[in-house]
Amino acid sequence: MKILVCVSKTPDTTSKIAFKDGNAKFDDAGVQWIINPYDEWYALVRAIELKEKNASITLHMVTVGGADAEPIIRKALALGGDEAIRINADSNDSFYIASQIAAVAKDGGYDLVFTGKETIDYNGSSIGGMVAELLDAPYVSLATKFELNGTTATVTREIEGGEEVNEVALPAVVSCQKGVAEQRIPNMRGIMAARTKPLKVVEPVAVDALTSVVSFELPPAKAGVKLVPADNVAELVRLLHEEAKVI
Amino acid sequence: MSVLIFIDHADGHVKKASLEALTYGADLAKQLGVAAEGLLLGTVTEDLAALGKYGISKVNQVSNEALNNLDAQVYAKAIAEAATATGATVIVFSHNQTGKAVAARVSARLKAGLVAGAISLPDTSNGFVVKKTVFSGKAFANVNITSPIKIISLNPNSYKITAGEGAATVNQLSITPDAAKVKVTAVNKVSGEVPLTEAEIVVSGGRGLKGPENWGILEDLGHALHAAMACSRPVADAHWRPHHEHVGQTGVQVAPNLYIAVGISGAIQHLAGVNRSKVIVVINKDPEAPFFKAADYGIVGDAFEILPKLTEEIKKIKG
Ligand SMILES: Cc1cc2nc3c(=O)[nH]c(=O)nc-3n(C[C@H](O)[C@H](O)[C@H](O)COP(=O)(O)OP(=O)(O)OC[C@H]3O[C@@H](n4cnc5c(N)ncnc54)[C@H](O)[C@@H]3O)c2cc1C
Ligand SMILES: Nc1ncnc2c1ncn2[C@@H]1O[C@H](COP(=O)(O)O)[C@@H](O)[C@H]1O
Repeated sequence: MKILVCVSKTPDTTSKIAFKDGNAKFDDAGVQWIINPYDEWYALVRAIELKEKNASITLHMVTVGGADAEPIIRKALALGGDEAIRINADSNDSFYIASQIAAVAKDGGYDLVFTGKETIDYNGSSIGGMVAELLDAPYVSLATKFELNGTTATVTREIEGGEEVNEVALPAVVSCQKGVAEQRIPNMRGIMAARTKPLKVVEPVAVDALTSVVSFELPPAKAGVKLVPADNVAELVRLLHEEAKVI
Repeated sequence: MSVLIFIDHADGHVKKASLEALTYGADLAKQLGVAAEGLLLGTVTEDLAALGKYGISKVNQVSNEALNNLDAQVYAKAIAEAATATGATVIVFSHNQTGKAVAARVSARLKAGLVAGAISLPDTSNGFVVKKTVFSGKAFANVNITSPIKIISLNPNSYKITAGEGAATVNQLSITPDAAKVKVTAVNKVSGEVPLTEAEIVVSGGRGLKGPENWGILEDLGHALHAAMACSRPVADAHWRPHHEHVGQTGVQVAPNLYIAVGISGAIQHLAGVNRSKVIVVINKDPEAPFFKAADYGIVGDAFEILPKLTEEIKKIKG
């Protein structure tokens, strides 16, 4: 049994969001990079748990990124897993990234590919579905629970106003979110072990991007809060009704 | 040439998010000077011709009950075939749970560039540039789709539904879906509640409410407003409220017309899930709470005193 976990590097959740080069690029001055929380806390930890229960599982992780993604992948290796693959390319086109991951996944013959629900910077929620399509494998998205049972998996996924339980044939691609696992902190032993784990660098396959970012923009600043005195709740209701017209 | 809008449904009914997508797709078709058509996989109880009032001329259907359960692989193949059969040059999805499972697959299948989480109509003056949310609602990106076929998935609650007159013709497509590899074995829906991502009003509570036993006064407000209930992450982590109510960066992202936050400090990760709300009301006893900076209206005060009064006043105008 082989599992591949897709991990990406994102700015820390508290980073100041600003742009440079005429709003064409994210301004990463002073930004701390982290593993995308959905990849780290849910996809990776669940895969590690599966391996802990069944030692015959091989666990690899893959990232599409430049050399600056290596600290992130080392941190991922410190949590667990056997080997990491960095595909040496930088892109924000989902199809380009997914094609790179699919190429590695095809070569490796993985039974299971995990992604996070979305990257917290690009918010595409797209890579998992694209990889699944390129592998011609089933895809269960927004998983909140994941159990392996031999050649199938039982996955609970989010639907509007609830959850649905799916039985899916392997090989499959699953995107993970809260519920699938609990966040872990790497320990000293893990960090030491990660130093000697293989980190393979592979060159990208030739693929044309289907989209390109023209520019970024920040939302208009809020006008400022209108405070209503605590003893005049009726005034708040009036404002919501007559001014904001939302009730 | 046409704009094809994917119509998502559950329990026999077309979802509200798809009515938004239909209105959006119809407006886009007008902008491009092409026809707008819908595509429904499976069966619903309502009259499909009536969807014409959202501005589409035709509803294509693959009337096969096996398609009432989502298998993204089966769906993507059927949608791609339908897109080819109808000559679609743009395909529109809602960026809801189904759209997130399917749109990306169709994109990879057709090599059609996808903008996921679009919030407005594309600018076609120079390319095909679609605005989408990035950085969890803290910014926007303008993304150009460079492939011949284009796919847009529209963020729920970001485009206003408009309904006029008119009926659509209903066209049965002869597409035979593949056998599903995903079997649905159980569905657990919270009955009688407004689904969080579809709600126009969301009432949300944080650690300031002190414990699960105090949620009654917040639920009273929710009922008076026909709102969906939400909460901050620590509240769900402490099991005061179910996990599906947790909003924020790591939880559900919402964009209602009105978001009322009670006893929530307004941490950046919380705001990431709610800052696309049109109007934000904050009730917090600490005037320095960061949430006030993101709010439109606020009351500095004790939730336990304010909530019952607020519910009273709402009931007066809701009659
Ligand atoms: C990577 C990461 C991801 C995260 N993701 C999320 C997420 O998705 N969603 C999320 O919510 N959080 C998330 N968090 C946690 C977030 O940082 C905050 O810790 C959390 O939102 C705080 O919840 P709270 O506002 O309910 O509680 P607190 O911060 O404890 O705030 C309670 C508030 O209640 C007020 N209060 C107290 N008593 C009363 C009263 N009687 N009447 C009125 N007001 C009162 C207080 O003044 C205070 O402002 C995340 C954190 C990290 C690091
Ligand atoms: N550059 C990347 N390298 C590896 N995996 C990625 C990359 N970008 C995104 N992913 C994976 O795809 C998921 C969804 O990303 P997105 O479609 O960008 O929201 C993430 O949670 C990751 O698991």
